[in-house]
Amino acid sequence: MKPAPFDYVRAESVEDALSALAERSEARVLAGGQSLIAMMNLRLAKPACLVDINRLSELDYIRLEGDELAIGALTRHTTAATSPAVGEHWPLMTAAYGHVAHRAVRNRGTVGGNLCHAEPASENPAVAIATGAPLVLRSVDGERRIAAADFFLSLYETAAQQNELLTEIRIPKAPVKQGSSFQEMSTRKGDFALVGIAATLECPNGACSDARVVAVGVGERAERLDAAEAAIKGAVMNEAGIAAAAEAARDSVNPPSDFHADSEYRRDLVFTLTKRALGEAHGRCRKGG
Amino acid sequence: MESVKIALTVNGQRHERETEPRRLLSDFLREDLRLTGTHVGCEHGVCGSCTILMNGQSTRACLTFAVMADGAEITTIEGLGSVDDMHPLQAAFWEKHGLQCGFCTPGMLMTALELLRENPDASREQIREALSGNLCRCTGYQTIVDAVEAAAETMRGAGR
Repeated sequence: MKPAPFDYVRAESVEDALSALAERSEARVLAGGQSLIAMMNLRLAKPACLVDINRLSELDYIRLEGDELAIGALTRHTTAATSPAVGEHWPLMTAAYGHVAHRAVRNRGTVGGNLCHAEPASENPAVAIATGAPLVLRSVDGERRIAAADFFLSLYETAAQQNELLTEIRIPKAPVKQGSSFQEMSTRKGDFALVGIAATLECPNGACSDARVVAVGVGERAERLDAAEAAIKGAVMNEAGIAAAAEAARDSVNPPSDFHADSEYRRDLVFTLTKRALGEAHGRCRKGG
Repeated sequence: MESVKIALTVNGQRHERETEPRRLLSDFLREDLRLTGTHVGCEHGVCGSCTILMNGQSTRACLTFAVMADGAEITTIEGLGSVDDMHPLQAAFWEKHGLQCGFCTPGMLMTALELLRENPDASREQIREALSGNLCRCTGYQTIVDAVEAAAETMRGAGR
C-alpha cells in the first residue's frame, strides 16, 4: 500500500517547526521516518500534515556539558551508536544499540524520533528510563523538562503535547563505579525485543548501593522492575543474590501474550535476561565501569 | 495536497521534478526516473531490497519520501557499474553465485558497498552483521558472504 495524502511543511528552523505545529492541530513531526513512514505505508498512521524537521541540523549534536551528556533529538542512531562520548559516559546506550535494527535504518532514524514514537518493544526508552534522563520539550509557549520515567505513557503514547517538539535528551554522566548491561532476546538480531533488560548497578565493596532494572516487552511501555531493584539494594551480589533478584523480576511482571511470544515465555526471558544483565553489570562494576 | 518541486542528483545526474509529498523515494526512482534496479519488497523497511545510498549512507528508499531527498546525492545500483564495466562487487557476486533470482541483489550490493568503504578488511562475521538487514530467499546467504569477501580482496588489491 502507499501512504494516504498529507500536507507537507519543511521546517528551516526550530522556530519554523514550532509555529507549524502550533498552527494546525493535525500537524505531526517527521524526523527520520523509520517508524512513522513504515506505519504510513501500511496505513496504520494517516497524519493529515507532516512537519519535516530533517533540515534542523542545530538539533543534531552530542555535547558534554558539565556532568551531563546532552544529545540533540535529531541525532541519528548511527551517530549515537558510534559516539566515543556516549561510549565513555553512557555505555548502557552503546550496549543497547547493538540490538537496534540495521545500519540503513540507524542512518536515518533519530534518538528523539524513536523516543517520541514510544514503540513498546524499542530499546532506547528503557535506556532513558534507566538513567532518569530528563527530556527537553519545546513549543511556541516555551520549554519544559520531563523525566523519562514520566514521558512514556502507553503504546505509541507519550506525554508530549501535539504542538511540542522534543529537542534534547540530557543524561547525567554514568558514575565511574557504575556497571551496566543490556540483554535482549529477539527472533532475529535487529528485530524488536521480545524481552529486553537494561540494568545499571553501583556496587562499591561487594554490596549494591544503587540499582536500576528496566524491562522491555512486558507491557505497553518499558517498565522499571521495582521488585528486582529492591531485591538487589543492599544485597551481596553473588550468584544467589543475583538469582533472587531475577526471580523477583519474573514474579513482578505480567507480560502480554501475542503473535511473537506468549506470556510464559516472556516471563522466562525476564528471569534469564535479568540474571545475565545483573551478572554482566556487576562484573563491569567491579572493574571500575 | 500540493505538489512539491524537488531537485536531486542520482548517480551523478541532476533531476528536477514535481512530486506529491507522499511519493516514496523507491517509487520515485523506479517510476519517475525509470531506474528500476531499486526493488520494492516489504515496503516497511525490513527486507532491504530497496536499499540505496543517500549522501553516501545506506538508506531504505521505501522509508524515505522523495521530498526528503531534495538536495541529496543518491546512488542506486545503476550507478555502481554496468555490464561492460562491472564494479568488483558485481563481478564477485557473479563469480561466487551470490545471486539467483536477483531480487535482493541491488540492496545487498549497496549495503556491501557501504561496508567495504568503511571497513575494507571486513571479516566474514562483520560482513554477516552488515548484511543482516538484507533478506534473501534464494541463496542461503553463504555465497553472498563469499562474494563480498572476494570483492573486498579484489578491492584491497586495486586500492579501491
